[in-house]
Amino acid sequence: MKYYLLIPFLPLTAFVINILLGKEVLRDKAHWPSVLAVVGSFFVTIVSVLPQVMSGKVINEDLYTWIVSGTFNVSVGFQIDPLTAVMLIVVTTCASLIHIYAIGYMHGDTGYYRFFAYMSLFTFCMLMLVMANNFLQLYFGWEGVGLCSYFLIGYYFNKKSAADAGKKAFIVNRFGDFGFGIGVFMIFLTFGTLYYTPVFANVASIAGKTVNFLGWNVDLPTLIALLLFCGAVGKSAQVPLHVWLPDAMEGPTPVSALIHAATMVTAGVFMVARCSPIFNLSEIAMNTVAIIGATTSLFAATIAITQNDIKRIIAYSTCSHLGLMFLACGVGAYAAGIFHLYTHAFFKALLFLAAGSVIHAVHTNDIQEMGGLKKYMPITYAVFVLAALSAGGVPGFAGFFSKDEIIWSAYASHSSVGKLVWLMGTAVAFFTPFYTFRLIFLTFHGKYRGGHHEEHHGHDSHGSHHGEHHIHESPKVMTIPLMLLAVGAVAAGWVGIPPILGGGAHFAEFLKPVVGHPEFHGTHAEEWGVMGLSTAIALCGIGLAAIFYLRKTDLPEKIAKQFSVIYNILFHKYYIDELYHYTIVKPTLWVADKVIVAITDARIIEGIVNGVPGAIGKFSEKLRKVQTGLAHHYGIFMAAGAFFIIALVLLLR
Amino acid sequence: MVPLSWYMMLSIAVFAIGVFGFLSRRNIIIMFMSIELMLNAVNINLISLSHYLQDLRGQILAFFVIAVAAAEAAIGLAIVIALFRNKATAHVDEVKEMQG
Repeated sequence: MKYYLLIPFLPLTAFVINILLGKEVLRDKAHWPSVLAVVGSFFVTIVSVLPQVMSGKVINEDLYTWIVSGTFNVSVGFQIDPLTAVMLIVVTTCASLIHIYAIGYMHGDTGYYRFFAYMSLFTFCMLMLVMANNFLQLYFGWEGVGLCSYFLIGYYFNKKSAADAGKKAFIVNRFGDFGFGIGVFMIFLTFGTLYYTPVFANVASIAGKTVNFLGWNVDLPTLIALLLFCGAVGKSAQVPLHVWLPDAMEGPTPVSALIHAATMVTAGVFMVARCSPIFNLSEIAMNTVAIIGATTSLFAATIAITQNDIKRIIAYSTCSHLGLMFLACGVGAYAAGIFHLYTHAFFKALLFLAAGSVIHAVHTNDIQEMGGLKKYMPITYAVFVLAALSAGGVPGFAGFFSKDEIIWSAYASHSSVGKLVWLMGTAVAFFTPFYTFRLIFLTFHGKYRGGHHEEHHGHDSHGSHHGEHHIHESPKVMTIPLMLLAVGAVAAGWVGIPPILGGGAHFAEFLKPVVGHPEFHGTHAEEWGVMGLSTAIALCGIGLAAIFYLRKTDLPEKIAKQFSVIYNILFHKYYIDELYHYTIVKPTLWVADKVIVAITDARIIEGIVNGVPGAIGKFSEKLRKVQTGLAHHYGIFMAAGAFFIIALVLLLR
Repeated sequence: MVPLSWYMMLSIAVFAIGVFGFLSRRNIIIMFMSIELMLNAVNINLISLSHYLQDLRGQILAFFVIAVAAAEAAIGLAIVIALFRNKATAHVDEVKEMQG
């Protein structure tokens, strides 16, 4: 019995049930199929799949033949190796807790069944993505999660900003997926198959080969790796395609936690790690991955400092952490990247859900209108701090081990850009705790600053304005998942404690058969130094945040005024949105308006569509004159016709 | 013995009279009779050739033509009567409601 098949297909069943019966039959019980399905997937993962993988068995089976065309042959197949197992744990654990949390968060919403239907569909697609044994199924899952992301970002579709954000996410991802698609074609052209096993087995044969691409002779592995990385850049919101992720926060908070923090956005990192044999062949591609990751990481971290929307800050934080994961992959430390993916899923999902709990209570996203929430929401406050300590890389917490692993890998790797990205990563180690604790101090400490406005623009308008004394802790169905995730955020990293701290680095050992292990050069003293530096710098970040936002609360404003140029650049997110607006959106709209609408549409298409029936109409206008209604005219035509035909027959005989 | 060509001549003559009558007259009854003439010209042709070729199929076909002609006469006359009741005329030029 292939129990592992239950993992993706339980959520699919829940989706089918919900989309068919949710609106009329299940209504406010629509969470039952989805929650049961995803919890079922979780238990199958833990009970059936994990022990098999732990014992060294790799499942690789085709379920049924999908496409056969000439030499092209693809099946729907499943491959479960250590890498997939890690992803399965991340996806099913986070999805289960977030589904349960959403019962409370989405309670009473008009689209309740729709929300759970799409969440189940998303879970199915994500599981298909990570369990695929070929590139086409990977691509299927890849596009499927993108589609569900679009549905769920635009969940409040009668709000224009949400609908626009959904479109933006979808369109920006097109750019990346275009490259990814071509990358998959190139793999088929090169290897003649799309299955992982033969592709990665024969990958050495393409080393050093060049291929003519758009008129240039380029190195084949570099080309394939960079095309695949294009898709990862879009899906994982890396520079320059990061712009969609902050806007995606228009979706409900559980969506942000599940799709835009824990799972979908990490698909890019998963894919790069999965294709590590290809990436390893090309130094240029590896360095690109590392540089893009490090740049995004620093870039998003600096933006996060100045933002005021609680969810956007966490979204930039996600961008930044994803950048760190790519940084790790780029220096060859795939296991460290996946380790960070794994710990990040817990603490970032927790940050989002805790933020959702805050939003649920105060009905606003603006941290300048919060403050002093500590005494009203003690559980939310406690888990938020744990998540922040983990995200900030404070020793002992999950995020510390993975982040330290990445920074050490960058320092010690043989990569030619290793030292550069190490410096950038260390800078990020300062900013991350700074903006996270800024968020905490502004939200939970000090005095409550909300209640000035009659109307709040919260994400969920299922409740009128709440004054300060109406603020209350969220219901148990929300706080219990928070506490469970907090356990993950604290303890998830303990499986990968490095040898220098007395651990066994079990995580890296577990992944070694899939992604290998990079060779490091560095002494123990250096390792202690690197770790000490990043830890000290992280604690500095927390301390500085405490000084700025607890002690001398007028200081941030003064500094912002003093360095108003820098502040404005950061506040406007480096003007990237504006840049894209003027260089891409406006010209596209201009072309659409002046060329597509005015010429192609109005002249060519409407010319054909209206012209053909018009010509037929005019011709028939003439032709109907023949129909005189006079019987003898018809008689003459018949006689003349008969005469003509007979004459023709006689003459041609 | 009357040769085949005479029968054919007769058939042609009757058919030509029918065509001429149909095209030149405007009275619907006359036109109707002209159609009957044409049909009967065909019948003459069929019967004479059937006899000449010693093939009964021509005669069978002639029966069919007679049956069709009878049905056509019944329906046609009914139409003529209905027309006359509505328009009080049997002149086809005055009936041209079906023009395009």
